[in-house]
Amino acid sequence: MGWAIAVHGGAGDIPLSLPPEKRLPREAGLRRCLDVGIAALKAHNHPLDVVELVRELENNPHFNAGKGSVLTTSGTVEMEACIMDGKTMKCGAVSGVSTVVNAISLARLVMDKTPHIYLAFDGAEAFAREQGLETVEMSHFITPENIERLKQAQEADRVQLDYTQPIQKEVPKDAALADGDSQIGTVGCVAVDNEGNLATATSTGGIVNKMVGRIGDTPIIGAGTYANHLCAVSATGRGEAIIRGTIARDVAAVMEFKGLSLKEAAAYVIDQVPRGNAGLVAVSSTGEVAMPFNTTGMFRACATEDGYSEIAIWDSPTK
Amino acid sequence: MGWAIAVHGGAGDIPLSLPPEKRLPREAGLRRCLDVGIAALKAHNHPLDVVELVVRELENNPHFNAGKGSVLTTSGTVEMEACIMDGKTMKCGAVSGVSTVVNAISLARLVMDKTPHIYLAFDGAEAFAREQGLETVEMSHFITPENIERLKQAQEADRVQLDYTQPIQKEVPKDAALADGDSQIGIVGCVAVDSEGNLATATSTGGIVSKMVGRIGDTPIIGAGTYANHLCAVSATGRGEAIIRGTIARDVAAVMEFKGLSLKEAAAYAMNRVPRGNAGLIAVSSTGEVAMLFNTTGMFRACATEDGYSEISIWDSPIE
Repeated sequence: MGWAIAVHGGAGDIPLSLPPEKRLPREAGLRRCLDVGIAALKAHNHPLDVVELVRELENNPHFNAGKGSVLTTSGTVEMEACIMDGKTMKCGAVSGVSTVVNAISLARLVMDKTPHIYLAFDGAEAFAREQGLETVEMSHFITPENIERLKQAQEADRVQLDYTQPIQKEVPKDAALADGDSQIGTVGCVAVDNEGNLATATSTGGIVNKMVGRIGDTPIIGAGTYANHLCAVSATGRGEAIIRGTIARDVAAVMEFKGLSLKEAAAYVIDQVPRGNAGLVAVSSTGEVAMPFNTTGMFRACATEDGYSEIAIWDSPTK
Repeated sequence: MGWAIAVHGGAGDIPLSLPPEKRLPREAGLRRCLDVGIAALKAHNHPLDVVELVVRELENNPHFNAGKGSVLTTSGTVEMEACIMDGKTMKCGAVSGVSTVVNAISLARLVMDKTPHIYLAFDGAEAFAREQGLETVEMSHFITPENIERLKQAQEADRVQLDYTQPIQKEVPKDAALADGDSQIGIVGCVAVDSEGNLATATSTGGIVSKMVGRIGDTPIIGAGTYANHLCAVSATGRGEAIIRGTIARDVAAVMEFKGLSLKEAAAYAMNRVPRGNAGLIAVSSTGEVAMLFNTTGMFRACATEDGYSEISIWDSPIE
């Protein structure tokens, strides 16, 4: 046993030709988050507090969460986030957040300060103000890259799942949702301390050009986010496939009901998802880590108490 | 094998002393919905159409907490949610924060059929409804005097009320706000399977009395209140937060698949993991079995199978 932490910055069709100016800032962002998380675990912070480091990824404009969120079809930002405690199974989720600097912290407040689990849109925004959370103009979250992505997606008349290669004009319209689309779209963190306390947190801007009001997998307990006494999971990829596949819940269910290890369970679940659609990070109560994906790549990093650490984008998928 | 259908009008602390004027209209509502569903199955309608049809009937019935008759938010408004899922294709649709659409379940169906998404909420859902030409009305259409009274009582008691309840005991301590004493009826749902094993589920609700504006419950959460795959179709009811944590609907199917349990065993297994007084569910399997379990005082429910069996109940054998 021992503590363990894993972080992701989204799975998808990340081109192997990703230029350094896009790759390096993200690797640096993952490295910084990993260091923040490791320090917090070494200082014996509770995993719930550790995974709230997702705030760092939200503040980093290179990831699709918080600042840097992709835009709806109306050019607006509607963020969602979710947090869950494996021991108590308390959880909190928000959707349709447009002015709150850190949606994950709002989700945490829903969990800690209300009798509910999930608040959305106007109600979530009102609660944020009641609680004195930091809010800003929506323009704060919008980056030039995302304005460009929205423009490209609308020109291609299809839903774009975030970072993508330049759009091929000859791609037929009905390939709109084909595997050619890049699918990076979420940030997340899972952590376990050396007493087996587990927690998970996920945050996202959603998918480029999404319909106003569209909710994805991130705030859906059991889909993009889940933790119980066995493991903590944060998933990323095509939201609709993750919801149908109840990905995060299934990892724990398969461990419990089929007796699989974390790595086996995580691989099993990802295998059930159509290729090109998903990835996840997970830790178990005994300090194991799994980071499988069936997309081209997944921005990820992990570390365990025995000194192992890793930052990767491609390499051995579905491991 | 053969077709099967089950319908529920909510699980909760339904008092055994429920007066006839509250009990009879609900039983009649369940009976009518069951008949509508049976006729549709006999006419070989697809289960997706069957469950939508039945839930629309329940939404239109002011005696149930969905559509007309929805409970109110703390601001006295209506925010409805609904969800539908097809077991064979695993396509699904969900909506939340719907305030003017007469049949939220039909809006959820349109999200499933007409968009690349699964779930739309609040302003976006309302705008989509209008684009699609769905019937919309003033929000006042859904508000009944009983629900205005429930909200008033809940606010006086300063606690979240999970729908129908006994008159509030003034001596109930504030911290019992979320204790099992609260009645927990709060949802309508329908599950159906045809003689070819096609499965579908649909759930619809107004939520919980005095909920915070913007609060989303278990109904639109795939795997919590609503789920279907090739093995079974499930619709859950009760305390939303417990159903979400417990991923009830998904667990029934998961336990059938991963532990090889029958539908009834799997439903009992999933229910046993939920704290007493919190939930109920209805489910049908691809082979035409039916399960209707609850760990609350009662659950308004009805079911029928092709062999001629049918049942309408409120209390009786819980966790059978």
